[in-house]
Amino acid sequence: MDRKRFRLDWRALTMIGALLVIWVVFTIATDGTFLRPRNLSLLARQMSVTSILAVGMVLVIVAGQIDLSVGALSGLCGALATLACVRLEWPLALAFLAALAVGAALGAMQGSLIAWLRIPPFIVTLGGMLLFQGALLGVTRGVSISPPRSFLSVGQSYLPKPAGWIAAGLVGAAMALAALRAEDRRLRFAGYGALAAGVVAVMSAYQGVPVPVLLMLAFAAVLSTLAHQTPFGRHLYAIGGNREAAFYSGIAIERHLVGVFTLMGLLAGAAGVVLTARVGSATPNAGQLMELDAIAAAVIGGTSLLGGQGTVWGALLGALVMASLDNGMSLLNTESFWQLILKGAILIAAVAVDMAGRRGR
Amino acid sequence: MALLELRAITKDFPGVRALDGVSFDLEPGEVHALCGENGAGKSTLIKILCGVYPAGSFGGEIRLRGESVHFRNLRAAEERGIALIAQELALVPGLSVAENLLLGREPHCFGLVRWSEVRAAARRALERVGLEIPVETPVRELGIGQQQLVEIAKALEKNAGILVLDEPTAALPEADARRLLGLLADLRRRGVAAIYVSHRLEEVFAIADRITVLRDGRSVGTAGRAETTPDRVVAQMVGRELGQALPRGERRTGEILLRVEGWSVADPQNPGRRVLDGVSLELRAGEVLGIAGLMGAGRTALLASLFGAARSRVEGRIEMAGTGRGPFRNPAEAIAAGLALVGEDRKRYGIVPYGSVLDNMTLSTLRSFRRGGLLDDRSRRAAVRGQAEALRIKAPGLDAPAAQLSGGNQQKVLLGRWLLRRPRVLLLDEPTRGIDVGAKREIHELIGRLAGEGLGVLVVSSELPELLGLSDRVLVLSQGRPAAAFEGDAATPERVMAAATRA
Repeated sequence: MDRKRFRLDWRALTMIGALLVIWVVFTIATDGTFLRPRNLSLLARQMSVTSILAVGMVLVIVAGQIDLSVGALSGLCGALATLACVRLEWPLALAFLAALAVGAALGAMQGSLIAWLRIPPFIVTLGGMLLFQGALLGVTRGVSISPPRSFLSVGQSYLPKPAGWIAAGLVGAAMALAALRAEDRRLRFAGYGALAAGVVAVMSAYQGVPVPVLLMLAFAAVLSTLAHQTPFGRHLYAIGGNREAAFYSGIAIERHLVGVFTLMGLLAGAAGVVLTARVGSATPNAGQLMELDAIAAAVIGGTSLLGGQGTVWGALLGALVMASLDNGMSLLNTESFWQLILKGAILIAAVAVDMAGRRGR
Repeated sequence: MALLELRAITKDFPGVRALDGVSFDLEPGEVHALCGENGAGKSTLIKILCGVYPAGSFGGEIRLRGESVHFRNLRAAEERGIALIAQELALVPGLSVAENLLLGREPHCFGLVRWSEVRAAARRALERVGLEIPVETPVRELGIGQQQLVEIAKALEKNAGILVLDEPTAALPEADARRLLGLLADLRRRGVAAIYVSHRLEEVFAIADRITVLRDGRSVGTAGRAETTPDRVVAQMVGRELGQALPRGERRTGEILLRVEGWSVADPQNPGRRVLDGVSLELRAGEVLGIAGLMGAGRTALLASLFGAARSRVEGRIEMAGTGRGPFRNPAEAIAAGLALVGEDRKRYGIVPYGSVLDNMTLSTLRSFRRGGLLDDRSRRAAVRGQAEALRIKAPGLDAPAAQLSGGNQQKVLLGRWLLRRPRVLLLDEPTRGIDVGAKREIHELIGRLAGEGLGVLVVSSELPELLGLSDRVLVLSQGRPAAAFEGDAATPERVMAAATRA
């Protein structure tokens, strides 16, 4: 028992340790530029889109599934929202809602094929990826489309600094309440509160909490609650951990699978809007390969591709590791091919370390 | 000189001695049957003989034609002419009969397979077992009986002089079983010796020259076919002390909770055949009904199909607390009607290994712990803690992964999962398999207590003393059909075993 607990902690600690090593190396190599608030703010914005996908991907993988279509679906949803604003002159809120609705609907369709027709998720979402890429090329006619200025605020503006501190205060209050209700390990809630305050402090040292970062953290909080505090979330862990046991316990597996893919689609819609706003235009190849970044972030963050294990906050940590590599190497003017090579190596190394840890038990 | 001799074989598994000084021999051109209850050690013995358990992992000696042999694996035994025809057939369904027959030994030339030779060799091999099918047929298109003949042909193709058949007829329809026995008699005339493991005494007495009975890991006697009788073999199989009497309080049975009529289940592997055929039963509140039968009699299929978890077609009528209907389509329906099943394979059908004790125990009741959409951690923990104390579950904590618990405690977690749900009828399939004596006794007491509280319990166990000790009534299944039913003290081991081995 003690050994197992140690192993779990050891796993999280190696992740944080690896992140610290990466940060220290880049800080030294860039003469401290890496750790400046300005760069950390950029880093947080850079990881936001992948993170929004990754927090959903965790639940998909936890349920023993995979979704390869989320990158293309994000691109498609972002383009549709842009077109709705530009061509149809829809109000911004309606266009955003439409992106979420399209994402959720397409996710639900894929989930239905997987759950009811029992087509392997790899195939359904690989087909979905190609379909959505084609659809994106079709609706954009192969050219980039610029959304109106107001659209860009989702990706490029900052929360006013007082609002940031109010948000941190709310998180702190929620943590205090949770600590009061909890029966043990109360200290961790204090840690979460301190972390929230730290994030706001760093971001406020630059221009405030960026809106995409706020969205990322909000999605992560909601998804984490969903994963741990609702029957739906716990059932997903059971389905991925032992599908037979879940079936014999009377869990409607099909409905849960449709649910998790719908949720993933919804998040892809949200990520698409943020992506378009950050880039400043809807491009015909938007979102390409982002599904792999999301999967890599989840896996580096400790999600088992066999299902049944993984956490939302771990995936966020994984996305931070990957974004740190991108960001640091860009600061050092490393050629972009090295970034891909290093990211690939880190992904494999992370899983190798995990497997070695498991064997060494 | 004996063709094959096993001397004082002893094999230990963690916590159990599966074989204790068993000796066994095989004469040239002889069919020697090996009989015994479930768990008597038959399978262990033949796995040792065939190298599945390698030399060094057991005590004793194997002598082949007077020479001591040490098999490292199945292949080493095959090279010396000993071929195992296992219960689980080892054919590749997608490949043709010819490819299966010569798998791993395909004649080739410059790295290319010589197909004409493969087919010719395959045809010769099929001729030897009297199977007339094109050798290009994919194995998946064959019936189980034909697949078995292909397995035997494959063994003969490797020049096996000793065939070891483990329950070869368990999954076969009547006609195929007869054909197989005919083939064995034919092979015997051509000098092939066989070890024949079977529960079916009728077949054993039709084919075997000698019969050896194992009980609790020891040999209780070898006799020529003419020197013994089916009754004597049954007596040897069960003849053990009934050990400690199991707790059975005074219980009063109440209304009928479950009534099943004309229950039939198709064989998922072999749609023409039925694993259960026309079973009917009644279960009252406060009653424990035991289901007895040998491996393959359909006991597990009965419980799984009642619970809506069968993988094949189910027919019949099920009535719970007055409302009758057809079979449940999935476990969710069965659970809603008040059924609960603790399956025989805890790891496969029960435990979520990385899930915590908390999650595992509330897996089928999570929705009832919601407050405002979110799980109420406090009430969930309180419920689990209460149940864990009542069941005396020993765990490092509620958040410990279930995989860390001992088998007995895992079983209690599964029982707790269902008790939180307050079922009316509990289906228990081998509830004490692979768990230690202390936990076993606690589970026995629990079953008695639950029946005393008015639950109906349907229990399957391969351990006859346990089954008879727990049950108020016993229903015996044989090859999917009800063979006998006994009330109370009328259920003696001899009667139950005699009914179970009758074809």
